[in-house]
Amino acid sequence: MHILTILIVWPAVTGLLLLTVPQLRAWAREFAIGASVVELVLVVGLVASFDRSQAGAFQFPELHAWIPQIGTSWALGVNGIGLSLIALSAVLVPIVIAAGWKEDDAAPRRAQYLGLVLVSESFMVGIFAARDVFLFYVLFEAMLIPLYFLIGSFGGHQRRYAAVKFLIYSLVGGLVMLVAVIALYFQGPGGETAFLTMNLTGLTFEPWVGRLLFLGFFFAFAIKAPLVPVHTWLPSVAESARVGTTTLLVAILDKVGTFGMLTLCLTLFPAASRWAAPFIIVLAVISVLYGAFAAIGQDNMYRLVAFTSVSHFGMIVLGIFAFRQTSIEGATFYMVSHGLSTGALFLMVGFLEARHGTVSVKAFGGLQKVVPVLAGTFLIVGLSALALPGMSPFASEIMVLIGSYPAAKAAVIVAILGVVLAALYILLTYQKLFTGPTPKAMESTKDLNVRERLVVWPLIVAMLVLGIVPALALDYLKGPSAGIVAIVSEEAGK
Amino acid sequence: MNYPAPVIAWAPLTPILIVLGAAAVGVLLEAFVRAPAARRMYQFQLSIVAVVAALLAVVWRWVALEGDGVVVFKSMILLDRQALAWQFLILIFALGGVLLFADKGPEGEDAFAPLGSVAPGSAEETVARAKGMYLTEAFPLVLFATGGMMLFATVNDLLFLFVALELFSLPLYILVALSRRRRLLSQEASLKYFLLGAFSSAIFLFGVALLFGATGVTGMNELGGELAKNMPQRSALILLGVFMVIAGLLFKIGAVPFHFWVPDAYQGAPSPVTAFMAAATKAAAVAALARLSYLVLFKLAWELNWIIWTVAIASMVLGTVLAIVQTDVKRMLAYSSIAHAGFILVAFAGFSPSALSALPFYMATYGLANLGAFAVITQVREVTPDGAIGAEATRLGQWAGLGKRSPLLAVAMMIFLLSFAGIPLTAGFIGKFVAFRAAIEAGAWPLVLVAVLASAAAAFFYVRLAVLMFFTDAPTDVAPHVVVRSTTLGRGVAIAMAIAVIVLGVFPSWALELAHSAGVLLAPAIGG
Repeated sequence: MHILTILIVWPAVTGLLLLTVPQLRAWAREFAIGASVVELVLVVGLVASFDRSQAGAFQFPELHAWIPQIGTSWALGVNGIGLSLIALSAVLVPIVIAAGWKEDDAAPRRAQYLGLVLVSESFMVGIFAARDVFLFYVLFEAMLIPLYFLIGSFGGHQRRYAAVKFLIYSLVGGLVMLVAVIALYFQGPGGETAFLTMNLTGLTFEPWVGRLLFLGFFFAFAIKAPLVPVHTWLPSVAESARVGTTTLLVAILDKVGTFGMLTLCLTLFPAASRWAAPFIIVLAVISVLYGAFAAIGQDNMYRLVAFTSVSHFGMIVLGIFAFRQTSIEGATFYMVSHGLSTGALFLMVGFLEARHGTVSVKAFGGLQKVVPVLAGTFLIVGLSALALPGMSPFASEIMVLIGSYPAAKAAVIVAILGVVLAALYILLTYQKLFTGPTPKAMESTKDLNVRERLVVWPLIVAMLVLGIVPALALDYLKGPSAGIVAIVSEEAGK
Repeated sequence: MNYPAPVIAWAPLTPILIVLGAAAVGVLLEAFVRAPAARRMYQFQLSIVAVVAALLAVVWRWVALEGDGVVVFKSMILLDRQALAWQFLILIFALGGVLLFADKGPEGEDAFAPLGSVAPGSAEETVARAKGMYLTEAFPLVLFATGGMMLFATVNDLLFLFVALELFSLPLYILVALSRRRRLLSQEASLKYFLLGAFSSAIFLFGVALLFGATGVTGMNELGGELAKNMPQRSALILLGVFMVIAGLLFKIGAVPFHFWVPDAYQGAPSPVTAFMAAATKAAAVAALARLSYLVLFKLAWELNWIIWTVAIASMVLGTVLAIVQTDVKRMLAYSSIAHAGFILVAFAGFSPSALSALPFYMATYGLANLGAFAVITQVREVTPDGAIGAEATRLGQWAGLGKRSPLLAVAMMIFLLSFAGIPLTAGFIGKFVAFRAAIEAGAWPLVLVAVLASAAAAFFYVRLAVLMFFTDAPTDVAPHVVVRSTTLGRGVAIAMAIAVIVLGVFPSWALELAHSAGVLLAPAIGG
């Protein structure tokens, strides 16, 4: 069974069909949601047959020669972390498609958009399953093309600028990583399978070589994650792109950055990671605070949510580079929780935009009385983002903070400020949007319809379930985290 | 005194002989077939048959080759797998070029002036056009150029190299001048190209003379041997000679600071000529530089590395920066080709042995995408006031909305642009990867770092064209209107190249294997 290859190929093929076959255009939405639900069913099967007791091992392995001349193979396999991120993607894609059901009037454009979404899904699954550094790099870079078109073709009037900014940032990061990828080849064993991650794990480098290589990879991932000061593409993209694109981008694709830090930076360059950790933790804490402060100052809700994500990514990176079992476990858990919570938050903003054509906080007010269900849903989603106990972001955030404390006391104390600020920006926004007198223009606002409820409520349920019984997710994340911690700290003893 | 007749192995020369022979027959056809339309058809068929036969002959030589290669004409010509690989590439580019040469619009007009000898805009020109004349000399000229380039890729002797250089340069000077539209621009470009080309040829020849004066030999292989023996003496003379020879080759490659002809020639020449010239000239010159490098220059690595680094960095940076400010598609691709010259030179840095297999692969990826891109350019046309199809619409703004007008061509063009930019899953990425790997292997990673940053900057202008094609609506109110002409050959070449670029990008394994076996130079023992 080449289940992982199927999971990669299926959305790619269906997406390309949607892009190229005009006959499908009339049924684009039904076709796309059908394809993504099939993918989801397959992923559920994958999760069900995943052996949880061996979550740290790479399961469903596949290995085929691809370009032996340059040492790269089609090597796939997932451990608990990759699996949970693939599951997150498979869940969010149909939700995003359903959320945007009414968005396009013209069938060809709709087909184009949905086709690109499916192609992107294929790349996401591929990246989380890649077990070959070259393959990872190829997918990492090639993914830019569908994303570029998703951002540049669909969205607000600034979208072209945002698309180019996104592309240039990502390309600079990616190409610097390319130098590191090639240089890594010459450090490794060489041969026809030179780029297999397992062949590159456990190498010992000259300190400066290891550090340069680490920085090459880290730079690309920091742009993708995004970490201050290379985060500036995210707010412009979030503001200009269509809400579905932004949701996918922030909820899943940006996780590629933190995923890469975990599975490539820490695993391949443990010594260099330890060397860089203090600086990166400082950057992470700056991100936490900067993102939170910037979020408070935003009027555009998309920018606001984007900045909260910068803050949350700071928290994830802090957990990763604290090198403790609990902190890394918390960080991986946070990657999933953040996907659910931010995804839901973006969708809620999208619903508001669909109703009034604006996302300016100032334009809204007093909606609580008019649309109680929308208000309540927004509040719950907002509370999840500020890490209310009982929701999964809380569980993961607390794990990151507690886990990192022994390693970086000062950083954790400062980062907790970010948690406090989160309460501020979420509740203030809620207050402005939903309380107070209702302006005339807002009185006719419609409440959430069935489709919108079906889209957002499952995410809330998922956050609640994972928040109350974190073990459901942690069973998958404990093993891989332990493996990473072992690699990073094993050499520390030497 | 008694001169023994030299022993010549004819069989290895078959591909070159086929091409040059067909060119000679083509010249005779010019003289004897009077009807323009029939002549054009014969010339086209002859050229295609010759190029395809030569391709088959190259394949035959590749299969039949034993060991590292064959020495032909004493050691004037070294026919090894490296040379065969370059000949193959040049022939592929020639095939694409000839197909584009033969491409005709719905009104029967091709890319060339109806009569090269009449003044632009004169009454005679109008008459020639009305009579339906064709300038069919283009076909034998391109065959001569192809033959010269094939020779250029395989020659061991510097003097002979000069002969081959002139053999392929002179037809190109003429071809550049033959554009049907914008003839003044075309002739100006040709004159510039010719003057600068003659100048660089002279420098090259002067360099050869200096080297001969210093060492008494003109063969590259022999020169390498001499350098190993008596390097310390006359080193100033040798270095000066080597500099001049390299300058002559870099001129043909189009690297900074020898790039001044590139934008004008690319823009002024008829697009089919640009398509052929850009790909094939570069390939031939890189082939010669590779041979020179690995037979001679590597012995002077210490003295020469800084030149390669400087020229590479200057080409990448200047090519990229100037490409960003261009407003004409052809000029933009010209500056991009200068940047690509820089990327190619990156592979030379440090003279890593794997560069010998990286270079043909890189040139293949670049040349195919280039052919395709210019094939697309031939299709995007302005509309003349009387509603006929006019000159090529090369201003960037005129490409707005091409994605809606002709999705197929726009997607093909985007594939070429992505390949130029080196985005994974296109051929250009694998090409850059192997070239950069050769450089990093030799320790030149700072140069590669500059190269990747230049690539990222270069992506900006490639992507800008993609933005225009796909995200911008075509302006409806400005004159002249733009139409997409649809000719079988032009469209066919573009689509075939797009497929080739994707195949080489996703499944490059077989091509890399071939390139790998091509990465061997024949260096026969001297004195035999």
